Amino acid sequence: MTHFINLTLNGLASGAAYAALALSLVIIYQATRLVNFAQPALALVAVYAAYTVTQLTGSYWIGFASALIVGMAAGALVERVIIRPIAKTSQLNAIIVTLGLLLVIQGGVGMVWGNEQHGFRYAFSYVGRFSPADTFALVSVGVVALLLFAVYRFTPFGLRMRAAAFHPESARLSGVKVGLMLTAGWGIASFIGALAGMLAGPPFLSPNVFDVVFVFGITAAVVGGLDNPFGAVIGGLLIGLGMSYVSGYLGPELATLSALAIVVIVLSVRPDGILSRPTARKV
Amino acid sequence: MSTEPLLSVQGLTAHYGPVRVLDDVSLDVPDRGLCAVLGANGAGKTTLLRTLTGLHRATSGRVLLEGEDLTRLPAEKVITRGLAHVPEGGGVIVELTVEENLRLGGLWRSDRRDRTTFDEVMDLFPPLVERRTKSASTLSGGERQMLAIGRALMARPKVLLLDEPSLGLAPLITKQIFTLLRDLRDHTGLTVVLVEQNAAGALSVTDHGFVLNQGRVATEGPSEGLLADDRTRHAYLGF
Repeated sequence: MTHFINLTLNGLASGAAYAALALSLVIIYQATRLVNFAQPALALVAVYAAYTVTQLTGSYWIGFASALIVGMAAGALVERVIIRPIAKTSQLNAIIVTLGLLLVIQGGVGMVWGNEQHGFRYAFSYVGRFSPADTFALVSVGVVALLLFAVYRFTPFGLRMRAAAFHPESARLSGVKVGLMLTAGWGIASFIGALAGMLAGPPFLSPNVFDVVFVFGITAAVVGGLDNPFGAVIGGLLIGLGMSYVSGYLGPELATLSALAIVVIVLSVRPDGILSRPTARKV
Repeated sequence: MSTEPLLSVQGLTAHYGPVRVLDDVSLDVPDRGLCAVLGANGAGKTTLLRTLTGLHRATSGRVLLEGEDLTRLPAEKVITRGLAHVPEGGGVIVELTVEENLRLGGLWRSDRRDRTTFDEVMDLFPPLVERRTKSASTLSGGERQMLAIGRALMARPKVLLLDEPSLGLAPLITKQIFTLLRDLRDHTGLTVVLVEQNAAGALSVTDHGFVLNQGRVATEGPSEGLLADDRTRHAYLGF
């Protein structure tokens, strides 16, 4: 029983990071109908910025804050400068450009910070059952997700964001600056992506550190339904739990496979994801 | 008709790619006017509205509202100058609730916290009141059109442009909506421009009509006159 509880807690904690990354993908997908493959690269830049800031200031928390800010700014910048002109030509072009960005940014990070592994210390200990680090991961992602929900659901800004995402033309006719909302959406998404990076990165940092995390993040987003933020969070926790149980009971070498199994099972039962709305839309 | 038009369209020309869809369209809409824009499919009615509100870019010509040039303004700015547009089908956002759709329309206003406009709009559409918190996807076609009009009214516009509000609606509902537009004009002084395929219905409720044909204003005049003129009816309106 203790074993089960340990596995559950560990699974939830690692699932929190997947959930955050999935959430960042879903926010952008909802607004622009494209999967942002550059998301882990943006998180990478943010976390390396945190690494440098922490080294300079000696404070983990100043580094943490700068990761979120750098992440947000990088996301907004990429949307405004790179994605928007390309998305006008075709959606597919934009998706491929995000893939290209992923490679370019990873390479760039390697050139600036070096391709070797850096030790990246963490503010909390992650030893033992439900360590402070695990608690922090769950709580921070929970708080951010709730905050995001509250902003989207209850503020005028959130209403504008949703209107711009669901029906850009009606939003414009209602006076919403849709372009600004897209930039804001990328900023918010990359803020959350940077948080995911700060949770999933330690204790080591290298240009490819998020590759695996990203695979699980995108898996979580697909499992939850690409256009459903709640689904992303649930999908992330589900993937975390599933991998934790499988590696605990069956062996760690099967953990990655279990993520694939979850995708296959969920999508064969609910092809649009756990919480997705029906795809047929009345117009 | 009064001398100083509220909305003045001057030599408006617009293209889709190489195709000229609007060709030197000029029309004046007086304050408190209730006008119909009629014409066959592809005559340029929808493009006219979309160009007026900045959803489509004019090649040349001008759009003046109370003398202010709106021609180069993007759509999200045009609404703040007092020109509201209910697009074809209404453009109701089905992912939002009825109340959210309405609130969205007045969000840009600095007095958006003031509930007066919201309550006034609600009073106009009793069916929407009980559905306030429901998803807009649960509304019927007529209710959606009401919601779309309500959202436009939340902006407190001077001129309301409507693109085929009767599309897909039962004759009785269409009549209700036409009557509502007339009441709005009579009681609040709203100026209304109604684009319609349903020429007979639109002419019976409006006081002035413009007939578009292949992107040009083919004829215009008092609605009664157009309704009575056999030649216009046969040539352009098909009834």
